[in-house]
Formats: sequence, C-alpha cells, structure tokens
Amino acid sequence: MSKRIDVKKTYKLFIGGAFPRTESGRTYEVKNSRGVFIANPCLASRKDLKDAVVAARAAHSGWAHATAYNRGQILYRIAEMLEGRRDQFVAEISELTGVTPKKAQDEVEASIDLLVWYAGWTDKISALDGATNPVAGPYFNFTIPESLGVVGFIAPKKSALLGFVAGIAPIITSGNTVIALASESAPLPAMSLAEVIATSDVPAGVVNILTGKSAELAPWFASHMDIDGLDISGLEAKLVAEIKKAGAQNLKRIHSFKEISSPGRILAFMESKTVWHPIGV
Amino acid sequence: MRCMKFYGLIDGSDTSLKNFLVKLPGVDAVGADARAAMLGTRSIKTTSKRWAIDTAISMVDLTTLEGADTEGKVQALCAKAVRPDPTDPSVPSVGAVCVYNDMVAVARKHLDSIGGTHVPVAAVSTAFPSGRASMKVKIQDTKDAIEAGAAEIDMVIDRGAFLSGNYIDVFNEIVAIKEICGEKAHLKVIFETGELVTYDNVRKASYLAMLAGADFIKTSTGKIAPAATPPVVLVMLEAVRDFYEMTGVRIGVKPAGGIRNTKDAIKQLVLVNETAGPEWLTPSLFRIGASALLNDLLMQRMKMDNGYYASPQYVTID
Repeated sequence: MSKRIDVKKTYKLFIGGAFPRTESGRTYEVKNSRGVFIANPCLASRKDLKDAVVAARAAHSGWAHATAYNRGQILYRIAEMLEGRRDQFVAEISELTGVTPKKAQDEVEASIDLLVWYAGWTDKISALDGATNPVAGPYFNFTIPESLGVVGFIAPKKSALLGFVAGIAPIITSGNTVIALASESAPLPAMSLAEVIATSDVPAGVVNILTGKSAELAPWFASHMDIDGLDISGLEAKLVAEIKKAGAQNLKRIHSFKEISSPGRILAFMESKTVWHPIGV
Repeated sequence: MRCMKFYGLIDGSDTSLKNFLVKLPGVDAVGADARAAMLGTRSIKTTSKRWAIDTAISMVDLTTLEGADTEGKVQALCAKAVRPDPTDPSVPSVGAVCVYNDMVAVARKHLDSIGGTHVPVAAVSTAFPSGRASMKVKIQDTKDAIEAGAAEIDMVIDRGAFLSGNYIDVFNEIVAIKEICGEKAHLKVIFETGELVTYDNVRKASYLAMLAGADFIKTSTGKIAPAATPPVVLVMLEAVRDFYEMTGVRIGVKPAGGIRNTKDAIKQLVLVNETAGPEWLTPSLFRIGASALLNDLLMQRMKMDNGYYASPQYVTID
C-alpha cells in the first residue's frame, strides 16, 4: 500500500467571515527558526485592506449595539474554542518558532486566559471610565465610553499568538471591529486563530486578519480615512514616525502598548459620549 | 427614419409584430454569460479609470423611489445631483434625478432654484413598479409627470401580458405612452428583466420596445433581484447595436438595480464600449440607475486625487 500523502493547509486571509485568497494573487515564504520551509501564506495588498475595511465598517454597528453581556459571552466562546484546539496551536508555535513544547503550551494557555480576562471587561469598562458629572442645573449628566469604530492592529513580530490575542481582544471588547495584520515572520498561529474565531459566533467582519508585510501595508492603514484607530504595537521603530504623520491627516488615534492585559488597551480605542437628561422626567 | 411608422419594419398589427419577434435568433445563454464575465475582467487603471469615473458620474440617474420619500429628501438629492461633491466643482453633474411622479414638481423647482437647469427630472410612471393599473390610469400618470416638468418618463411594461404572449398589448401600451411623451419627454421602457426569466425574452422585449418608439430600454425597477446583471445588459446592448444597423437610429440603454460600486459601473462601461461601441458612451445613450453608486464613485475619485482611501463619513448619506 502506498504511503498516504499529507493534506497541507492553504493559509488564506480572513475577511468578512470568509477565507479569501489575496486579490493580488501573491504569496511569500515562511520558514521556521531553523530555516526550514513551513508554508506560503498570502501577501495581502492594499486592496485586501480596502475590502477588509468595508467588511469591518459594515459589521461595526451590529457589534457595537450587541449587549456587553453578549459580547462577553462571544469572547469567552473564542477562549473555549481555542482551549479545544490547544494541541494544534502548541504544535504550530513550537514548529514555527523553535520554542519547547512546554513554552508553547504556556503561550497558548496565557492566550486563552487573556481572552477570558477581556471577556470579563465587556460589561465593566463603562463603570471604570464612565461618570456621573455634577452640573449646575436640573440635569443628570453622564459620560459613557463607547466604541470608536474600525480599528487596525499591526501585530508584534514575536509572540505570534499571545501578542496577537493581546491586540485584537481589547479592541473588540468595547464593540470595535478590527483589521489585524499578523506577524510577518510568524503569521500562521494568527491564521489558525481565524478558524477559531470563525467558529465562535463572532459576527462576520468583526475580526478580519491579513498576512503580509507591515512596511507595505502600515502606511495604508494609517492613511485610510475609514479606519478610526490604529494599534502599532508591532510596528518597526523606524516606521513609527511616518505612520503617525500619515495618521495625523485623518485624526487617527494611534497607540502602542507594552502591557498584555490592561484596561487601558480597551479605553485607548473608545471615545466618551456625554448625555444630558432632565431630572424629574 | 423616425417619422416612418415603426421604422418600416412592421405595420403595427399583431401578426406583423409576432412575425418579427419570432424570427429573432435565440440568445446563446452560456455564450452571453461567458462573454459578460470575460469583459468583466478588464483592468481599467489610472487616467482611463479617472475618465471612466467621471463619465459614470455623468451617466447616473440619481434615484430615490421609496414610499418614505419626502420633499426634503428629494431636495437634498437634487443638490447632490447638481454638485455631487460640494468640495470639488470639477465633479460633473449627474445624468438626471429619478423620482416618483408626485415628487417631479418638487425636484424640478428645486433644481432650477439651485442652478441645476441642465439636470433633467425623470419620473417613473404607468403604475410603477408593478404596472398593474388600467390604461386610463397609466396615461393620466404619464400626463401628470410631464405637466409637472418631467423630461424623461420611465415606464414599466406589463410583464404579465408579455409572459403570456400578448405582445401586441404591451406594444400598444408603449405606443400610447410614447404618443403622450411626444417631443416633450424621452421615453425609457423598463422590462424588469428579473421577471422575464430568459435572455430570449429580454431580446424580444428589447426589439418590441424599440419598434414601439422607446428612446431608452431599461433593465429593471430596482425593486426586484436579479436586476442589471452584466449578461442581461449585454443582450440589450447587442439589440440596440443591431437595431442601429437596421434603422440608423440609436436607442439608449439604462441598467438599473444592483450596480453599487465603481467596479460594477466600470464593468458596465466596458460592456457598452465593446458591444454597442464608443458612440454609446454618452449620457444621452447610456444611463445607470442608482443611488448608492454615486457615493462609491465619489470615494474612488477622492482616492485617486488624494492617494489614500476615503471614508463614507465624508460623503452625504443620500
């Protein structure tokens, strides 16, 4: 009997709940830490980004208006699904980055726990940052943090899964939709995470994931008028000035973070709404 | 040529019309699909794209056909029709404003008051969108629209009659409405291709309408999907091209419904150029019935000017 041929996975993009190939038809090689070829993921173009923005914008209203409780359940569901596929992620990370299976397992477990941690924040963040403001008149005056809209995320090159989860989880916690550019050198755990997200009741378009080169795509993230915020935690230092300049033109909120779990990461991509309500009505 | 009754091709009787339509060759459906798909893959870039965007804007029949239309909404639409991008005077005005009958006077008056005398008002008449009313009502509907200032009448055909083979009824209705339009208004005949089912029927309806005196043939009301699919538009463009060869008269084509973005619009322009020919690439012979399309065209135009992607938050919603 002949030897069975392995069925290899084709790594594609994740846009609007579907897994399309890049419209450009380009791919690039990903090698592991020992220089062995691993896969040919898509080399996304600015047009893929444009499509992802359309999908993310269309999904924003529904996701932002879902109850905080519901968003929390869905984030928790991502953690559940990831837990169920732990071994796959452990194997992928250790093969790709060369870390020991034990270390890879620590990273996967930390990612799962982080999702649960952010799931808990969905209905608490407004209590942390909202306020009842004293005003000189017969009014209640409330300040409520609300989601910003469509937020981009340039994922860090290292910690391919944990760093990626630490970027997308806080963005979507508050009701934003996200377009994430996976780590250029280690994009595969992010694309496998797309499969987890696709089966976690996350509405299509809330999370969109591209693979490609940050030097090529980051300027398009920054200049796109319909992206409201940008997390550049994973951007190379030499590109930061250019990206901030391009983003200034459309008043984009650009942040980068060192901490993995911090309510500040959620609040960075929220904006405050103040409501006046007459007393006694 | 036009003064000759029915272009001398038929005498207006049931028999002559049936004889004409039955002799039309059938449409190769697979071939039409394949050709439309192939033409849809053309890549239009840089200066050609810029030209295509401006041409498409000038061809848009900016439409609002909702039960919830108000005078205010129609006026806002008129302002947008005249100056689609208020920040950029180089954007051309659209081809026409398309509204329901009772909004024609509102639209005309507002267009004239804001320097939009060059933008015609198109009215959907003859019991749009179903066409289910007596001839008396349809005629009065059309008269009302023309009196209110409509320069273009978009009439619907009686699809029920067409599908049952009563071609002469459909034909006579178009002739009667054309008579009312006279020289005062252009007549566009809407087939509702989504209800005609086959490409053969689309071809038959095209010739029937052209013989009866249509100035334009239009795919759909926008109320039914599928609407202006590329193969349907291809079949209609072939019909106007062949009709021009027979009679020397150029009939216009108006796809409407489902054309929502720049890519779709440019595909339509490619179809026109490659099928009917470049003579049809003018608002007097090709229009696109749409509402959301204009914003996407404007956003693509901004992208070409500025070098970065635009946001729908920077164009008006309606």
